[in-house]
Order: sequence, then structure tokens, then C-alpha cells
Amino acid sequence: MTRRHVMEFERPLVELEAKLGELRQLDLTANPELAAEVAALAVEIEALRESTYADLSAWDRVQISRHPDRPKAQDYLAAIFTDVVELHGDRCYGDDEAIVAALATIDGRRVAVLGHRKGKNTRENIARNFGMAHPEGFRKAMRIMRLAEKFGLPLVTLIDTPGAFPGIEAEERGQAWAIAESLALLSGLRVPVVAVGIGEGGSGGALAIGFGDRLIMLENSYYSVISPEACASILHKDAGKAAEVATCLAMTATDLVGLGIVDEIIPEPVGGAHRDPGEVFGAVRGRVSEALKALSGRDPDELVSMRYAKLRAVGVIEEVQG
Amino acid sequence: MSISDWFKAREARRYTAVNGERVAGDVPDGVWNKCSSCKRIVYEGQLVANLRVCPYCGNHFDLTAFERIDLLADPGSFAEFDAGVGSTDPLGFVAAKPYTVSLESARERSGLTEGVVVGRATIGDHPVVLGAMDFRFIGASMGSAVGEKIARSFEVATSERRAVVLCTASGGARMQEGMLSLMQMAKTSAAARRLAEARLPYISVLTNPTMGGVTASFAVLADVVLAEPGALIGFAGPRVIEQTIKQHLPKGFQSSEYLLEHGMVDEVVVRGQLTARVTTLLGYLAGGGEQA
Ligand SMILES: [Zn+2]
Repeated sequence: MTRRHVMEFERPLVELEAKLGELRQLDLTANPELAAEVAALAVEIEALRESTYADLSAWDRVQISRHPDRPKAQDYLAAIFTDVVELHGDRCYGDDEAIVAALATIDGRRVAVLGHRKGKNTRENIARNFGMAHPEGFRKAMRIMRLAEKFGLPLVTLIDTPGAFPGIEAEERGQAWAIAESLALLSGLRVPVVAVGIGEGGSGGALAIGFGDRLIMLENSYYSVISPEACASILHKDAGKAAEVATCLAMTATDLVGLGIVDEIIPEPVGGAHRDPGEVFGAVRGRVSEALKALSGRDPDELVSMRYAKLRAVGVIEEVQG
Repeated sequence: MSISDWFKAREARRYTAVNGERVAGDVPDGVWNKCSSCKRIVYEGQLVANLRVCPYCGNHFDLTAFERIDLLADPGSFAEFDAGVGSTDPLGFVAAKPYTVSLESARERSGLTEGVVVGRATIGDHPVVLGAMDFRFIGASMGSAVGEKIARSFEVATSERRAVVLCTASGGARMQEGMLSLMQMAKTSAAARRLAEARLPYISVLTNPTMGGVTASFAVLADVVLAEPGALIGFAGPRVIEQTIKQHLPKGFQSSEYLLEHGMVDEVVVRGQLTARVTTLLGYLAGGGEQA
């Protein structure tokens, strides 16, 4: 198997794996000694794999979350949903491919789905702007939120973006306005909302569709107020300190469970979701279905006030009596 | 002429050179400001008399939170609440310098506990919750405490049936509180929505600069969005955009006037007209159709 993209921390492992792959192409029936060596190498690789992925830093996880082979929103749509009907356009300006919107069915339940959509190759990534939405993307998302509310469909969102696009046209068309309106709309949406962090959770562009009654994160996804590179260049004037800053920012799934922001973590296969997407699809389908089941039949008023209470509780303050 | 008289005369020339105007008598010698826009010298007295607007070019200087409140609230009507609400350092954040040090020095410098001041007031006799952000306090960035005070402002207004008037100035979400800060965007937007559902008016005044997570949350969710002239307002910072698209930005990009042109704000209002304008708007939005 050839890999297009090797993360720095796993390079030694990947090199050995490649070697093993080559050896396995050989016909070893006539060479029992070599066969024993291959078996030993396989054992060695298992041990190295264990130690490489045993204690991942926040920065390592950021690398995994950005891995080009990591399953993307469209992969989840294809793998865990049926009868998918993609809907296009914001009815105002255009159709932003950086956001995917669909009606779909999961385990027999009809839902609306929103996701940030990255590409899998350069051509796709150019069309989808690397998953960085313009205002029309968020306005498309809002259209689908309203549709879901109108017809009583729960909403499932898949979070995977480096952030909202910082560009001239995006500002001109009201990037901040689109995100703010999306936040307000989502906060009061009268249907269950389950959000799943599947990759990058970059700032306001992620949050615009990235919270709800349940916030679930894959083990190696991240969610952050700012990218570690941008934070490092502001605070240290050195983007190279991103690894250090990533730890400070408390952006991993585990950190965020600790801060009371994330409800649950879906474990990933050793090395990341791209190593065994099938396993991840199964787990995500199970957890999303469970969450939807737990939320179904709730009174919309109760749902909205619970969601508000949940948001309202986020933050750490002190009150000095003056 | 004695040497000391000569020095005094020279001082006087230096401080009265601009347009030949004399400084108001009660302002101590030597208190002057250089306008960042026209680069001319403006005396403190002139600046105060002119609501901290450059008398030569109209540049709107920054206001502190309390200067802004004094400008808008009916005299003596402002009663601050939650003055003691402050952020802590929940992440133990240390990058370049510890967050606790930044918080402490911001408190010392500004005399405030946090980057926004909120309270009950009247504006033109309309009961409001009035808030103003203070850019001196870590760029009035929004962390847990700023988010909490903004959310409480909307809640107090909703339960007491007041209008909300918020004057924003902020660099965006506060990095040092990580995701706790990002979530304040959702929290404040949710609170603003509840005010709207109660059909109570919300007017925001965007001042220089209003950026990032504050613009992209409660700041622009108002029924009427006003902006001060020449303010920088947007989502992404100009430098980030230039680095991303590898182009120079057009002149006036992300200014109040640019946003007006693109349909993002209702009106650009000079500071001298602001209180009257907000009062008129409150009359329309809070007063109903029948005029007394
Ligand atoms: Zn000037």
C-alpha cells in the first residue's frame, strides 16, 4: 500500500511498514529463513506502532486530523447514511461546495445533514476551497437548518474545517454576519442537533455548524479558538512554536471533555481514522443513532431550553464583590 | 525677557501652533495627542470638548468604556452590574507570557475587572441595558467573563423588558481561554436570540476595531447596526487576509463606510450625533406605533 502523506512522528513506522509490504510481495515458500524474518519484522512493527501512537501530543493529533486520507464528510454521508439527497445553494448568491447539505437516513431515521467538505485531491480541494466556507456556505447551512426545523427532521452536523475563509469576497459578503446568524439560529433550532467533530474544528467557521444538544468528537479531531500556527505567530511571532501552543490551547477531545464542552469521544483505530475507516464509520453511526434516539420525542421547548442551559454553563469566571 | 519667560513663550508657541487656536485654560500645559490619521497635534482640551474626535480630520479616537457610557447614558442614570465578574486562567495558559500576568496588568492599566462594562441605564428616558467594551483590556477580547457579562446583559434586559445597546470594540475571541472563548460566541448569540424572541430592541454600535469572534456573534445580531466613521470592522484581520490571498487589500477595506456600501450596517453615525440617533431609534423600536 502506498501512502501519499506521512506525518512526521510516524515516519519510522511507515518506512518499516513499506519494507514489510515489499517483502510480502515475494514468494517465500522456498525460503523459510526469510519468512521467519518477515514474521519477526511484523512483530517489531506492531510494537513500534504501539509506542508511536501510545502518547500522542495535541500537535500529533492536529497532524492526524489534517491527514489527506482521513475520512471526510462526504465519506460519512456515503458510508453511514442511505437515500442521500444533496441540496444546493443559499438562494442568494451561490452554492458553496465547502459546505455539504443533505437529507439522509441513518438507521431508519430521516435527518438533515450538514458538514464542512474538504476535497480528497487538489482539484476537489480547489473547488471546495479546502473546506473553508464563504458566507454563502453558512447561508446554505442556515437554509437547511430552517428546513429541518420546519419538517421536524433532527440535524446531524459533521465538523471538519480549518476555519471560515479569510478573503476579500468573504468579508464583502458578510462572513461575520453569516456566522453570527448561523450561531443564533442553531442555538434555538426546535429539533434535536447532534454535532460530530470528524477532523479539524477551526474557530468560528467550525462553530457556525458545530454545536448542539450533543457534541461528539473523534479521538484525533481537534476543536480550537484559533489554529495553533496562527496563535504561535501572534504570541511568539513564530509559527514554528505551533506544537507548543497546541498543548496550551487545550484543543483535543480529551481536553474539551474536561472543560465540559464535549460530551463524548469516539476512539479511533491505532494511527488514526484513515487506517481503518470502516471501523470509524461503524462507531460514528452507532453513537449518532444513539444520541438521536435519546433526543427523539423531546418537547421542542424543552430541547431548546436544555441547549441554552448547556451553552450558558460554558465558561470559567470569578466574581469579586466590589 | 528672562530666560524662563523665553522658555514659556517657546512652549506656548509650540502648543498653539495648530491653526493658531489656543488651548482651553483649564488643561495643563503639554497634554496633547497626535492624530493617528492626519498626524496633527490635538490638545486634550479640544479633544474632550469634541468627544475625542479630531477637530481637523474627523478621526474618531478610541473611547474607554466609561467615556462611551457617559456619552450615551442619561446623566446619572447608569448603574453598573457584574462589575466584579472577571476571567481566571482555567487553562494555565503560558505562551510568551502567562495569561495571569496579562490579566493583572490589564486590570492595573484600565482599573476594570474585564473588557466590557455593563449596567442598567436610560437613554432619552428609555430603559436599557447599556454595555461598552474597553479595548485597553487585552484588546477587549472575549473570554469567559466578557461572554458572561454580555449574556447576562441580554438576560437582564429580557426579564426586565429593557432594550439593549452595546458598543463594541474587540480584537475577537480571547486565545488564552481556548475553546471556552470560542463557545462564548454561541452563548452570546443564543442570549441575543432570546431577547429578539421577546421582541425587545437591540442596537449595536460598532467602533474601532470590531473583529473576529465578537463581530461574528452578538455584535451584528442587533436589530439596527450602527458604526462609527472609519472603524475597522470584519471577521478576519487584514494581515491574515493578505497572507492568505497574497494580495494587497483595497483602500478602505473593512471600514465602516465599506460595510455600509456592502449592506452590512444600517448607518455610519458621527459621535456627536450618536446619542440622538440611538434615542430616536429606541423611540421607534421600543415605543410602538402610537406616539404619545
Ligand atoms: Zn486628525
